[in-house]
Amino acid sequence: MPTYRSHVLVCGGTGCVSSGSLKLQENLKSELAKKNLDKEILVVQTGCHGMCEAGPIVVVYPEGTFYTRVQPEDAAEIVEEHLYKGRVVKRLLHREEVTAEAVAHYNELPFYSKQHRITLKNCGYINPDNIDEYIGRDGYQGLAKALLEMTPDDVINEMKISGLRGRGGGGFPTGMKWEFCKKSVSDKKYTICNADEGDPGAFMDRSILEGDPHSVLEGMAIGAYAMGADEGYIYCRAEYPLAIKRLKAAIAQAESYGLLGKNIMGTNFSFELHIKEGAGAFVCGEETALMASIEGERGMPRPRPPFPANKGLWGKPSNINNVETWANVNPIIIKGGEWYASMGTEKSKGTKVFALTGKVKNTGLVEVPMGITIREIIYDLAGGIINDKKFKAAQIGGPSGGCLTEEHLDLPVSYESLTGAGAIMGSGGLVIMDEETCMVDVAKFFLEFTQAESCGKCVPCREGTKQMLLTLQRITSGKGTMEDLDTLEELAVMVKESSLCGLGQTAPNPVLTTLRYFRDEYEAHIRDKKCPAKACSALIQYLVSPDLCRKCGLCAKNCPVNCISGDRQTPYVIDQSKCIKCGTCLEVCPFKAIRKE
Amino acid sequence: MAKITSLEDLRKIKASATDQTSARSEGKTRIIIGLGTCGIAAGARAVMEAVLEELGKRGLKDVSVEGTGCIGMCQQEPLLDVIRPGEPRITYGRVTVQDVPRIVTEHLVNGRIVEDRLIGRAD
Repeated sequence: MPTYRSHVLVCGGTGCVSSGSLKLQENLKSELAKKNLDKEILVVQTGCHGMCEAGPIVVVYPEGTFYTRVQPEDAAEIVEEHLYKGRVVKRLLHREEVTAEAVAHYNELPFYSKQHRITLKNCGYINPDNIDEYIGRDGYQGLAKALLEMTPDDVINEMKISGLRGRGGGGFPTGMKWEFCKKSVSDKKYTICNADEGDPGAFMDRSILEGDPHSVLEGMAIGAYAMGADEGYIYCRAEYPLAIKRLKAAIAQAESYGLLGKNIMGTNFSFELHIKEGAGAFVCGEETALMASIEGERGMPRPRPPFPANKGLWGKPSNINNVETWANVNPIIIKGGEWYASMGTEKSKGTKVFALTGKVKNTGLVEVPMGITIREIIYDLAGGIINDKKFKAAQIGGPSGGCLTEEHLDLPVSYESLTGAGAIMGSGGLVIMDEETCMVDVAKFFLEFTQAESCGKCVPCREGTKQMLLTLQRITSGKGTMEDLDTLEELAVMVKESSLCGLGQTAPNPVLTTLRYFRDEYEAHIRDKKCPAKACSALIQYLVSPDLCRKCGLCAKNCPVNCISGDRQTPYVIDQSKCIKCGTCLEVCPFKAIRKE
Repeated sequence: MAKITSLEDLRKIKASATDQTSARSEGKTRIIIGLGTCGIAAGARAVMEAVLEELGKRGLKDVSVEGTGCIGMCQQEPLLDVIRPGEPRITYGRVTVQDVPRIVTEHLVNGRIVEDRLIGRAD
């Protein structure tokens, strides 16, 4: 077997594939062959590095040089300069800002050095299609330890000590959940992986499935052993084709090694795993709806109890955990529950992956210890707000979550602290907003999503979210009344308290938290007919300042509806009755003569 | 693929996988070879290949082999640096293919600097 002096890791996650990483890999391989370097340098396709916005990402080992935004055409230069002549290609190094100094090494970037990667430790480091590389990083050691050295009760006990809680958002203690299922007496049990990741902007589950699929398979096998299940399902949305492809390959490889299937590792424990492709309904992330969908029924929730631990899939005791939860199992079994419990806060242990998006310099996936503050996430890891604007709010927990404000910046992140502030941990979506974001508009955006995804089974969620959305639309178009605010609040509380499942119970959170922290913005929309952030198009006007206008006519030339008139002698004027508020004139004016009010 | 039926089987796969991916691990002995135009003209590529061959022959997996650009001492090329963890960076000059086995055996394995090729030492 040849020893390669250098490994060139090219990200093969969905983000980087869409920005051209497959072609880049091809080019790197052919350039290496041209230089006769293909015997000493290996090109490896890895999973996601988390910094998808800066993709395609390439890491060259042994140096650990971190290249971002590498185009297929750059392959020749990397091979010639870096791999043949040993000179780092400076122009491809990562920069946080155009003016900032380039950082050469992976571990020098604050985005990575401040993380604590447990579930993401293999993402971007191993080839997900090669089970040997996973085994080389302690893979399947946890399963071996559980099967050969531990009883099912030992495993559950270790999970309880670890303090791990459901990472899908509910935060229910995993060890306890497993114990309920184990105690259920039945001839047949199931373990299920919830990979129906549906929050807009959240993609940690996809990254784990694509970058380290075996960690999920192994976690599920350990869980099945502990609970006495012999069959499992991974419910993954069909919009994740790459994740499904890698999962299928991973299952086939694990089966051929005897790590899944009959008599695993020569013991009498057997575990068969299937993949169920979901059609992408948000409500199918709710456990009872998810099981209905696996059974071939319409994806709708049912009241609990009975809980899945007693009566789940096909009426048999079942355990459902989220992708990230399952990925935590192997490290906990190998290193012990106490090791895991040493990280985090009193009641929220370990780490959590957040999907950072919005107005921050570095967006992407970060895994951080519980108890970290929002300030550290935004200013240390994410590099602060774009253009150094002022931070306004952070929406945490996706459309089911709520917003946090400046006063919460130093709040240590945990399940309890977030719930106390009106938000939820959720699956870990974190959208950062700056001073130019309208909070009413944000509430409307998230409600549009949950309203459209409501399955329609229970009245509060079906009718309530619709009426709330209509009210918000009235307010953002300047037709709201002060009574609307009271109705909105009343409806929100009603929907939250009386909906059947988590979707309806959490859908009002964005409205409730924005009403709580940004009531003045709602009032400005209603009373003054003004949008303070100048984001709601019905409440703003574009105007030409005559003293600044140099009469160049660029605005008129670019206006898509021809509503700007003027000539070399008279300053240009915008006809407000025809203006569609697209903002093109403001962008093209070289003299800043157009303003938004 | 053969089925894994014991912890021993799993450990064997782990050991060989660790070897295969050893180029990606950090904190080990580094050999750095000058691969600027000057180095290549003086035969650095042949030295690089000899180093890889020698490491393979001796089964030394915990050594990383890196290239670097011209450092301005072109008359001494090919330059070869050895950095053992916790020790100063040792620079050898005018290294030939014949010197490579000696440097690997003496310096990397036995920890003794090959004095007749030594041209610099830096912390």
